[in-house]
Amino acid sequence: MAIQRIDVDILVVGGGTAGPLAAIKAKQKSPGLQVLLLDKANVKRSGAIAEGMDSVNNAIVPGYATPEQYVKEITIANDGIVNQAAINAYAVRSCDMIRELDSWGVKFEKDATGEYAVKKVHHLGSYVLPMPEGYDVKKMIFKQLRKLGVRTTNRLTTTRLLVGSDGRIAGAMAVDSRSGDFHVIRAKAVVLCTGAAGRLGLPASGYLFGTYENPTNAGDGYSMAYHAGAELSGLECFQINPLIKDYNGPACAYVTGPFGGYTVNAKGERFIKSDYWSGQMMLEFWRELEGGNGPVFLKLDHLADETVTKIENVLHITERPTRGRFHAGRGTDYRRDLVEMHISEIGLCGGHSASGVWVDEHARTTVPGLYAAGDLCNVAHNYMLGAMVYGGLAGEDAVDFIAGKDFAVVDEAQVEAERRRVFAPLERADGIPPTQVEYKLRRMVNDYLQPPKVTRKMELGLRRFTEIRADLERIKARNPHELMRAMEVHAILDCAELAAVASLYRTESRWGLYHYRTDYPERDDAHWFAFVEIRKGADGRPECFKREVPPYLYPIEAGERDAYDRLRVETPLAA
Amino acid sequence: MPTIENPSVVSITVDTEKCIAEKGCRVCIDVCPTDILILDLANGKVRMAYDECWYCLPCEHDCPTQALKVEIPYLLR
Ligand SMILES: Cc1cc2nc3c(=O)[nH]c(=O)nc-3n(C[C@H](O)[C@H](O)[C@H](O)COP(=O)(O)OP(=O)(O)OC[C@H]3O[C@@H](n4cnc5c(N)ncnc54)[C@H](O)[C@@H]3O)c2cc1C
Ligand code: SF4
Ligand code: SF4
Repeated sequence: MAIQRIDVDILVVGGGTAGPLAAIKAKQKSPGLQVLLLDKANVKRSGAIAEGMDSVNNAIVPGYATPEQYVKEITIANDGIVNQAAINAYAVRSCDMIRELDSWGVKFEKDATGEYAVKKVHHLGSYVLPMPEGYDVKKMIFKQLRKLGVRTTNRLTTTRLLVGSDGRIAGAMAVDSRSGDFHVIRAKAVVLCTGAAGRLGLPASGYLFGTYENPTNAGDGYSMAYHAGAELSGLECFQINPLIKDYNGPACAYVTGPFGGYTVNAKGERFIKSDYWSGQMMLEFWRELEGGNGPVFLKLDHLADETVTKIENVLHITERPTRGRFHAGRGTDYRRDLVEMHISEIGLCGGHSASGVWVDEHARTTVPGLYAAGDLCNVAHNYMLGAMVYGGLAGEDAVDFIAGKDFAVVDEAQVEAERRRVFAPLERADGIPPTQVEYKLRRMVNDYLQPPKVTRKMELGLRRFTEIRADLERIKARNPHELMRAMEVHAILDCAELAAVASLYRTESRWGLYHYRTDYPERDDAHWFAFVEIRKGADGRPECFKREVPPYLYPIEAGERDAYDRLRVETPLAA
Repeated sequence: MPTIENPSVVSITVDTEKCIAEKGCRVCIDVCPTDILILDLANGKVRMAYDECWYCLPCEHDCPTQALKVEIPYLLR
C-alpha cells in the first residue's frame, strides 16, 4: 500500500451537492488556483442528488416569498434556535442560485408566463418549486466542473483532517477503497461537504444500506471535524423523516401535496395540517403510529387518474426512481391503495434538521481555514439549494482566506498515527467483519437513542458504545473495500457517542420528536434558549457547552412563535 | 477469530449476453456509489460483490447495453 502525497491550494472533500459548488465558485473567482474535489464514490453520480431531485424544498422566489418571511418560518419551525444571519445568507442568494442552475440547463416548473411555479407546502409560506424533470441536475453540475477544469479524484475515503501546529487546517488523509493506497493531501483551506450522518440508526428493515440518506454518507465528516477540534452544534436535534414503510424513501408530501395528496391515519382521517417535515410534525406522526391510530398512510386514491399519472411520472423517475418497482412488487397502485408510511431511522443532518458542524454565514467553522457546507453544517433546513449556496460561499471565502498564506506546518507524527489506525484492520490476521460491528452498533443506537429519549437508556447506550469501541481494535478487513467500511464504523461510533452526550446535556424537550425527552417533557426557554455545542475537550473526551442565539435580524412576534406547535388537526376532518 | 461465510441473495443481475465488460466497459462499476459491483474474473462480466445496494439506479441508467437490472433488496421487498 503506497503513500501518495499531493499538494493543492483548496481541497474540497465530498463531491455530492455542496462540494461541486464549492469547487466551481472557487475556480470562477480565482481560475489559477489548484482546486481538488475528491469523493468516496464517483463525482459524476455521487451524493443525494445522483438521480436528480423532485423539488427545491426552499425556493425564495420574489412574488411568492421574501428572505424575511423564509428566515422567520425556519426560525419558528426550528423552535427559535437558529443563527438568522446564516439562514439569511442562504435566503438572499436562493433565487440567483436557481437562475444560475437554470442557465446550466437544470429544469424547474414554470407557469404559463415562464415564471417559476412555486407551491405551498410549509405551514406558513410558499417555498416549494417542483422539478418534474429534475433528473439531470447532477449531470449539469458535472458539466460545469469539466468546463472549469476542476480536478476530481474518486474512490478516496477521507478519514482524518490534518491540523497545523498553529491550529490552522493543513489538509486531509484518505484511503483508496480500490487500491488501498494512503493519500496525504496538503491544502491551505479545506471545504468539508461529506453530507449527513446517514448510517447512524438502523432502518426498521435491518438492511444496513436501506437508509434514507445515501449510505456513502456514514457520518465521516462529523467525526473528522470533531477530531480536528471544530465545534459541532445541535447534535441532539436528530433527523427523523416520514418515509414509505420498508422502502425507506420519501413518498413524498412535497410532490403529492400540491396535487392534493395528504397523510391520514388508519381511520382515513387527516391529523396534521402541514406535511412539511418538522420535528413537531414528526411528533404528531409518531403519536398517531404509537397511539393506536396507526398505521399512517399517504392518501392519493381520491385523485383523478391523470393526476396520479403525473405524480408517478415524478416519483418513479427522479430522486429515488425505484419507488415504482417497490410498489409494483407489493401490488400497490396509488389509484386504489393507500401507501403505508413509517418513521425513518435517526440521523444527524443540518440540511433536514439542524445537527451539524457549526458554521457562520460564510460557512467558516471554528477551525481557521476549515469550512463546512451542505447537510454536514448546522444551517437548519437548508436542503439541496442551501447546500449549493453554502458550498459556493465556502469556495469563495476560502479563496480569500488562503491569499498570501503557505501550507500550515504539520507534525509527521499525525500522519504516521493515522496511517497506523487506518491499516490496522487490514494487517490484523483475523477478527470481526466490519458489517457485523456496524449492525450491532446501529441496533444499539435504535435501542437507546431513538426518541422518545430516556435518560437511563441513553446512559446505558453510552456504556454499550464504550464496549463497541474496544471492538474497533478487533475488526478485520480482508480488502480495501472492507477497510472503507471499517473506517466508517469508527465514524458512526463517534456520531453515536456525540449524539448521546449532546442529548443528555439538553435537559428539556425541543423540536417535537427530534429531542423529545420523557424525563424533561417541557420546553424550557429560561434555561435552554441556546445552541448546545460539543467539541473535543483537553482530555480527549466530548465537552458540551451552550452558545447564545445571536440577536435576530427579523424579530418573531409572540403570536407567531408557536405556530408549529399547532400542527395537529383538532377535530379530525372527514377525509 | 475465525469467521463463516454468510451468503445473501443477489439483487443486481447482469445479462452476460449483453454485458460488454470484456470490451473494457466499466460504467456500472464506476458510477455505483457504494462500490459493490466488480469484474468477475471467472467470466469477464460484472457481478454484485457486496449486499450493500441503495437501489438508486445509476448503474442501470448508465449501462450502454441495458445489461444490468436492479431489484429491491430482498429484505425490503
Ligand atoms: C432521498 C432524498 C430526497 C431528498 N429530496 C429533496 C428534495 O426534494 N428537495 C430538496 O431541496 N432537498 C432534498 N433532499 C436533501 C438534499 O438532497 C440534500 O440536503 C443535499 O443534496 C445535501 O448535499 P451535500 O453536498 O451535503 O451531500 P451529498 O450530496 O450527499 O454529498 C456528500 C458527498 O460526500 C461524499 N463523501 C461522504 N463521506 C466521504 C468521505 N469520507 N470522503 C470523501 N467523500 C465522502 C459522498 O460520496 C457524497 O458524494 C433529499 C435528500 C435525500 C437523501
Ligand atoms: S455498464 Fe453494462 S455493459 Fe458495461 S460493464 Fe456494466 S453491465 Fe456490462
Ligand atoms: S442501484 Fe445504486 S447502489 Fe445498487 S448497484 Fe446500482 S448504483 Fe450501486
